[in-house]
Amino acid sequence: MTRTSRSSLLMAPALVWLTALMVVPCALVLALAFFRRGIYGGIEYTFTLENFGLVFDPLYASIFLNSARIAGTATLIAVVIGYAAAYAISAAPRRLQPVFLFFAVLPFWSNYLIRTYAWIVLLNREGLITQLLRWFGYTGEPPSMLYTEGAVIAGLVYNYLPFVILACYAPLSRLNPELAEASRDLGASAITTFRRVILPLTVPGIAAGAVFVFVLSIGNFVTPALLGGGRFQMIGNLVYDQFLTANDWPFGAALAMALIAIMLLVLMAQALAANRASGRTAQAGGDTDG
Amino acid sequence: MSEPRTLLAIDKVSKNFGRVTAVDGISLDIRENEFFALLGPSGCGKTTLLRMLAGFETPNDGRILLDGRDIARTPPNKRPVNLMFQSYALFPHMSVRANVSYGLEMERLPAKEIRSRVDAILATTELVPFADRKPEQLSGGQKQRVALARALVKRPRLLLLDEPLGALDKKLRGAMQLELKRLQHEVGITFVIVTHDQEESLVMADRMAVLKDGKLLQCDTPHAIYEHPADRFVADFIGVMNFVPGKADTDGVVAANGMRISGKVPATLSPGASAMASVRPERIRLFPSGETANRTTGTVEALAYQGLDLQLHVRTPLSPKPFLVRVTADAADRRPVASGDQVELGWDAADVRIFAE
Repeated sequence: MTRTSRSSLLMAPALVWLTALMVVPCALVLALAFFRRGIYGGIEYTFTLENFGLVFDPLYASIFLNSARIAGTATLIAVVIGYAAAYAISAAPRRLQPVFLFFAVLPFWSNYLIRTYAWIVLLNREGLITQLLRWFGYTGEPPSMLYTEGAVIAGLVYNYLPFVILACYAPLSRLNPELAEASRDLGASAITTFRRVILPLTVPGIAAGAVFVFVLSIGNFVTPALLGGGRFQMIGNLVYDQFLTANDWPFGAALAMALIAIMLLVLMAQALAANRASGRTAQAGGDTDG
Repeated sequence: MSEPRTLLAIDKVSKNFGRVTAVDGISLDIRENEFFALLGPSGCGKTTLLRMLAGFETPNDGRILLDGRDIARTPPNKRPVNLMFQSYALFPHMSVRANVSYGLEMERLPAKEIRSRVDAILATTELVPFADRKPEQLSGGQKQRVALARALVKRPRLLLLDEPLGALDKKLRGAMQLELKRLQHEVGITFVIVTHDQEESLVMADRMAVLKDGKLLQCDTPHAIYEHPADRFVADFIGVMNFVPGKADTDGVVAANGMRISGKVPATLSPGASAMASVRPERIRLFPSGETANRTTGTVEALAYQGLDLQLHVRTPLSPKPFLVRVTADAADRRPVASGDQVELGWDAADVRIFAE
């Protein structure tokens, strides 16, 4: 057996799987977007571009922008917290690092819905946080935390933080610690060392983590539905509504396609940036033995 | 020559990590413009000592005086000391020029001055053609020169070099030893080099310190240490030495077979104590013509040509290990020896060093 035929044989199951469960459904959804909605729901098989025109309607465009803003805020917060955590883990003694990483990804071992419901228990008007405030002597109105944009952002950050930690930990742990020492030795302060040496060499990890959080957040519909209480519609909720409530599958499909297009653009931008930076990351860890 | 001035005084410095004492009460003076070597086997504390000089470790005890000022607690970016890392630690995302400029940018010097100083050091280290390359595009020797240029361009009072030639192959290492020595002379900066390679420090250092288990065993010129090692460990570690175990008496050491090796017995050694007599391979003569204080016969076990000279392994009744004898190729030509031959060896009492066992 030749090398290529062997490797294509090994790749076949994954290809079949991806084709059947990704490419075909996506193609179907894409096709759906070009049809008309029936008067009583259902699909009328006549070609139209109306659905895509509607995506750019100010009402829906504002939901896109809103989603991007919420996802962007969640991404920013997750990156700052996650990078700090990854930095701390990579600076911990070698044998403790796997333990800390285990704890960082521990939430993934429970169900996404259950984790999100737990936040309702926390943020409720008479939830754990309010009770904690009362215990400290707070007597005023219970703060309204649930069903706010803040709650949605908190939920997204919480759910996707482990991705950022893992993505940032990889380049940080590979970084030769002598690079930071060399910078200090040459007269740089700790802050300058971070800005000019550590940060540039770990940007690919930050980018990978950020793209992950952004892409997963912008299309998310569970967290906004449960923690936003339906008042803060994101694209995910809108798509969900079109398919399951409004029964307008073609418009839902057009929205989904627009969302996929945004995600692809973000992923492509990241791949391009990573490609440009790949030379220096390969070097960041591999320089230890000259 | 004027009186050498002390640049760096290490004063009873100790450092421990938990219960491990890495550096144990070391005191040393390093002089202005000298090439100084810290030598010792791995784990002897030389790297910890170097890291304390650079500011990456703080001593638990003692002072480090640079120009009379205690810098033991000064952070690395605030001391006029630079370190050339063993891994070179070049910034992989910066060009050679950016790497070398970095330290001057930290001093907030005017761009024009940075440029001219970087240009000058790149010329000195023969790196001009590589100025725009990234470290990954350089050979080991070129990387080493960039690391050196990056440290030297700061014009430190003291340049520390951690095993600077460790990553190079043997031939390049020999060339770089001389190159480093030339550069040190040219820039007039005090160099402190850490190495486990005794040959390297003999070649390069003006003075050297031999360390073991965190303690200073001896500090002197390579010649003085080679000729008068302070103890048995130093004698064994520096160069090659033949040892004869036995008991001390007033004029030497009596070996197990009853033969006395004549030599000067140190005052600290009382007669009857276990002792080691030693002699360097090049001090032993083959078939000595005149009178020699010490003589023995032995059987040649092996010969090795080393270009200029010939090294013999001679089995003698004096010690369990064969004697190493070095004779010039000239002498070997006059009276050829072969493996299995009986030979006579002789050496003078003045060439014998006696240590406590």
